[in-house]
This record gives sequence, C-alpha cells and structure tokens, in this order.
Amino acid sequence: MSQAENYIDWYSAQFELFQKNLNGKAGSPINQIRQKALASFSELGFPTLRDEEWRHTDISPIAAGHFKLAQFRPAFDALRKEIRSFTYGDPQMHQLVFINGKYVPELSAAGEMTAGVTVSSLAQAVENQPRLIEKYLAQYARYASHPFIALNTAFIEDGGVVHISRGTIRTTPIHLLFVAHADAGDFVSHPRTLIVAEESSQASVIESYIGLGKGSYLTNPVTEIVVADNAVVDHYKVQRESEEAYHVAVQQIYQGRNSSFTSLSLSFGGALVRNDINAVIDGEGSECILNGLYLASGQQHMDNHTLIDHAQPYCQSRELYKGILDDQSRGVFSGKIHVRKPAQKTDAIQSNKNLVLSENARIDTKPQLEIFADDVRCTHGGTVGQLDPNGIFYLRTRGISEENARKIMVQAFAGDVTNRIKVTELREQAEALVNDRLARRTA
Amino acid sequence: MLEIRNLHVEVEGKEILKGLNLQVGVGEIHAIMGPNGSGKSTLAQVLAGRPEYTVTAGEVRYLGKDLLEMSPEDRAREGLFLAFQYPVEIPGVNSSYFLRTALNEIRAYRGLEKTGATDFLRLAKEKLKLVEMDEAFLSRSINEGFSGGEKKRNEIFQMAILEPKLAVLDETDSGLDIDALKIVANGVNKLRSKENAVVVVTHYQRLLNYIVPDFVHVLFDGRIVKSGGKELALHLEEYGYDWVKEDSWQNTDAVAA
Repeated sequence: MSQAENYIDWYSAQFELFQKNLNGKAGSPINQIRQKALASFSELGFPTLRDEEWRHTDISPIAAGHFKLAQFRPAFDALRKEIRSFTYGDPQMHQLVFINGKYVPELSAAGEMTAGVTVSSLAQAVENQPRLIEKYLAQYARYASHPFIALNTAFIEDGGVVHISRGTIRTTPIHLLFVAHADAGDFVSHPRTLIVAEESSQASVIESYIGLGKGSYLTNPVTEIVVADNAVVDHYKVQRESEEAYHVAVQQIYQGRNSSFTSLSLSFGGALVRNDINAVIDGEGSECILNGLYLASGQQHMDNHTLIDHAQPYCQSRELYKGILDDQSRGVFSGKIHVRKPAQKTDAIQSNKNLVLSENARIDTKPQLEIFADDVRCTHGGTVGQLDPNGIFYLRTRGISEENARKIMVQAFAGDVTNRIKVTELREQAEALVNDRLARRTA
Repeated sequence: MLEIRNLHVEVEGKEILKGLNLQVGVGEIHAIMGPNGSGKSTLAQVLAGRPEYTVTAGEVRYLGKDLLEMSPEDRAREGLFLAFQYPVEIPGVNSSYFLRTALNEIRAYRGLEKTGATDFLRLAKEKLKLVEMDEAFLSRSINEGFSGGEKKRNEIFQMAILEPKLAVLDETDSGLDIDALKIVANGVNKLRSKENAVVVVTHYQRLLNYIVPDFVHVLFDGRIVKSGGKELALHLEEYGYDWVKEDSWQNTDAVAA
C-alpha cells in the first residue's frame, strides 16, 4: 500500500468513527460540507515537495503519523493552574479555552458582556446561530483546493465564533486559547474559528495555540475572518505549541469596502509549523496589514505563506515578516501579492527580514508579485543577515558585555514587530518570550 | 596613563601602524594629526579593541595594565572611551535604555550600585544640556536618522554620562559646522579634569582652537614622525603635511642608509 492510500484510508476510517458519534445529526447542512470536504481531501491528498507551494516544507511526518481525534479530557482543576500563565489578566476580556480542540466552559472566562458582541464555541453557534453559520462557515476557506483546509473541514466540530454586529465597537480583545494536551497521545485537533465583523464594527481577537506535556500531535486550525464594509479587525496569533508538535494553520480573510484588517502572527513553538494567511481585498479603499515574527531554534521548521489578493482599486497593503533563526532551524517565507486587473492604484509594500544566528540555520524567502493592473505601486524586499558586527562593537565600547550586546541587537530586531502589538499585555508577553528564547540561547 | 610602544597593526593583511610610540600622562590633552590614510583612525579603533584589527607587535599599557589583553567592554569599564568618527546607527535600541545599561555594567564592574531609572533620567537631562540636545533624543533609537552633527554630539553626551578617564576623540570635528564644533569642544572642555586625559585625533587644526592641546603629534605612514606643542598644529595648518612627508622620507632614507 502506498503512503497516500495509507493516510487516506486512515482519515476515512477516522471520519467514519466521527460520523458514528454525531448522534442523529448526520443529515445536517454542516455534515454535508464535512462529507464534501473529506471527498476533496481524498482527491487532493497531502502535498509533497513537488507542489510549488510546499517545495520547502516536507510534511511527510504528518502524512506518516497516525493521529487520532483526541478523546482525552484532563482534570480541569490541575489544568486551571497550568493554563493561568497563558491567559490574560483583563477581567473584561472574553477568554474561551479549548482543550484538544473542544470548548471547555469550566476553564473559560465570560468577560464583560456587551450588546452586539457574541462570542461562543462553534458547537454552540451551530445550535444557537444557525443562520450565521450557514451564511459564513466554510464559505471563504476553500476546501476543494487546499488539503489541510479540506481535512479541517471534514472534521469541523468546535472552535471559536465571534460575531460583532453592525456598528458595534469592541476594543477589548477576545481571546481564544487552544490548548493541546500532549498526554492525549498521537492526536489531531481541527479547531475551526469564524470571526465576522459586520458593517462599521470593530473587534480585536487573539488566537493562542499552546502545548502542554510531551508528545507528538497535530494541530490543524482554520480561521475564517470576514471584515465587512467599513469594519476594523485586529487579529493576533500566538503560536507556542510544544517541541514535538506539528502545526499547520490557515487563516482566510475576506475584506469589504473601506475595511481595515491587521494581522500579527507570532511563531515560537512547534517542530514543524506552517501558516497560510490569505487575504482577499474585495472592496475599494481598504487596508490590509500583515505582520509576523518567527523565532526558530534547534531543529524547528517554520514556514509562513501569505497571499494578499488585491481585487479592487484604491487599496493598500503592508507586510512585515521578520525571522530569527538559530541552530539547525529552517525558515520559509513566501509572500505573494496578486493585483487583479481592476485593482488600479493598489499600493502594496512587502518586506521579509531575517536574522540568521548560526551557520547551520537556513531561510528560503520568496516574494512574488503578480500584477495585472497597470497603475499600481508594489514593492518588496527581503534581507538575510547576521547581527551587525559594527553595532555589537559599538555597544561593547560603551561597557556592555558581548553577550548583552548581542541580546540587545536581537531584541531590537524583534521589537520592530512586537512594538506593533496594541494589546499591552500581549506585547509584554511577546517581548518576554523573545527574551526567554535569547536567555536560553546564552545559558 | 597611556603608553604605546612600537605598535604594529594590520588590517586585512595590510600593515597600517608601523611602530607607533606615544605617551599620554594624566591631565594632558594630546592631539594626533596627520593626512588621510596615515593610520589615525586605526590607532583610535585599536585602542578601543576593534576585533578585526590585528596587533602584530608592540605593547599598550593603560593605567599600568596590558590594554591589548582586555576585551572592548573591559576597556570601557576601566575608563577608556572612544568617540567614533562614524557613530553606528542601531535601529530599535532606545538611546536611554542603551546608556543606562552601559552605565550600570560599568558600575557593576567597579562594584558600585545600579543607577535607577529616575536617577539616570536626572543625570541624562543634566548632561544633555552640556551638548545642547533635546530630551526627546533619549527615546530615539541609537543614532538612527541623526544628522552628522547630532551623531557627534551624541558621542560627547555618552562620554559625559560615562565619565571616562581617557577619552579618544576620533575626528569628532570632521563634517561639523562651526556652531556644532563649538558645542562639541565646549562639552569636552567641561569634562576635562586633572584626573583624566584626552587624545584628539583630527585632520584639521580648527578644533584645536577650541580644545587647546598640551602636545601635538604628527602621524604619518603608521608612525609618529613629529611631536611638539600646540604651535605645531598652527604650522601644519599653514604649510600642510607635505613638509612632514619630505622630512619623513628623509628620515627613512637616513635610516636606510
């Protein structure tokens, strides 16, 4: 049996088990989507290095792994302590906690309720907001063309749903915390998140992915974000999976007219990490900002793929991704800017900067501009470099030790991204994580 | 305070300093002048401990210690300060944070307590006045987007904070307009005392109108070929370096013969 048949059989068998546990809901509209998505997955199969979008990221360990849907539910009391440092102190904040993909109300914090803001788990939303789910879920992330979206969609069960109604402003962030408890054994979770900001609304959402315990697992999240006309969404992602984890995530963003979307993606954990962020700007006068920071060390592999699809005129996109690569780690950045023919006056700037701290670390960076309009401004730039020895020497001549000089320089490099975090608690957390990593390096 | 004997230095395999001798005593101001390419900046950088510069022979004693054995940071902690000819821009590093870190590492080395944020701010504000710089400067990244004059004034400001025993100013005057030059010179003069010493490396005599040296040395082709009082600088200003070169060649010939 070939490997492809092997994993397709595996996930088909898992799917059958999953279907058996649906308790009579097998005929629901969402289940029809699941079945179609499984068919797509079986057709597509996992990507290989021969696929252009995956040529630097070998996911064969994922294909070879026999990951089961997680059943494990740890004792909540012990967990409450363990996850405390991953939650935020702001009592107004909605904080939804998911363990191995499933919502756990006992560990979640309701936060301050505001009219026009609905935050719930996907399982709840399917029951309570069927019209919302039917209208938006799986309408943006195209499972027919992306195997990991297909796999996620086939197993859609739980995740976060954020709905901000027309004209509602919610500046306090909404936190969705996905905890992978590795004690569950070789398991997979498929968190599915939907964020809908209706016309002229505003929201800020943090998605965190953390790993507890030791062991190998796969997190395969898909997030769909709809930013309607004149709406503003700030989205943060903090990825701190455990050392042996696989994390393959897709964020699919759809923007209306005069909308503003800002993404900031922080990658710290995981053995093999892939983030796809795809934004479609489908309305005039909109702005899309994608920022990212990835810190890889040891044998970590971190791949960030972004796509900004400028479909309409007078839109602006800004992108800054920075990477710090140490030891034998490997980074991949691919940033595509696609400007369609009607998207005149597009103004797009992309930058990917990498700091390579070890001779054995490696980064593949690839900007791609596909421009079909003739009156646009699109620029991109990529750098790969070491710490500036002149800067280190300058700091040392002022009495600062070589070790601290290096640390200061690396912090400054990362600070360019972390300074853009508007949520104070999150910014401080991100800075601490960068410092932690550096401290471990010199220890 | 500083004693340089027969110093030979190579940069990328090329010998730049070829047996330099210099003695600087406590409380003295020395000017080192010379044409471009004579080795002035190499001398300044080698004193600060630039790793790319290889000392192939000679020795440097500083306060009775072997300076060449020390790391750049230990030299700074022992009170040596280099004002860079080309101060380095370090984006993302806040000037105030940087200087307080530097000050506290130096203080820790000397067994002194850390300077807290409030005390540091008070100190910094006071010293900023010396170089007529705005407080907003403290929150800017090190030298990033600074004008040439601002960068040089920043060097003197750092010197004022760190209070070195021996300051080496590497062409701190070049590229400055007369107002900035006066500010820089005034800053240096105010920091002068009987306990410290200053080595001014310069191409032009102009700065020496404001920082009056006790000794002037002419550096040519990697060696000090003439030393004298401040009148030597005036002579150089009037006659240029050509007469030194001829002299130097004659000396070389004489040695060769």
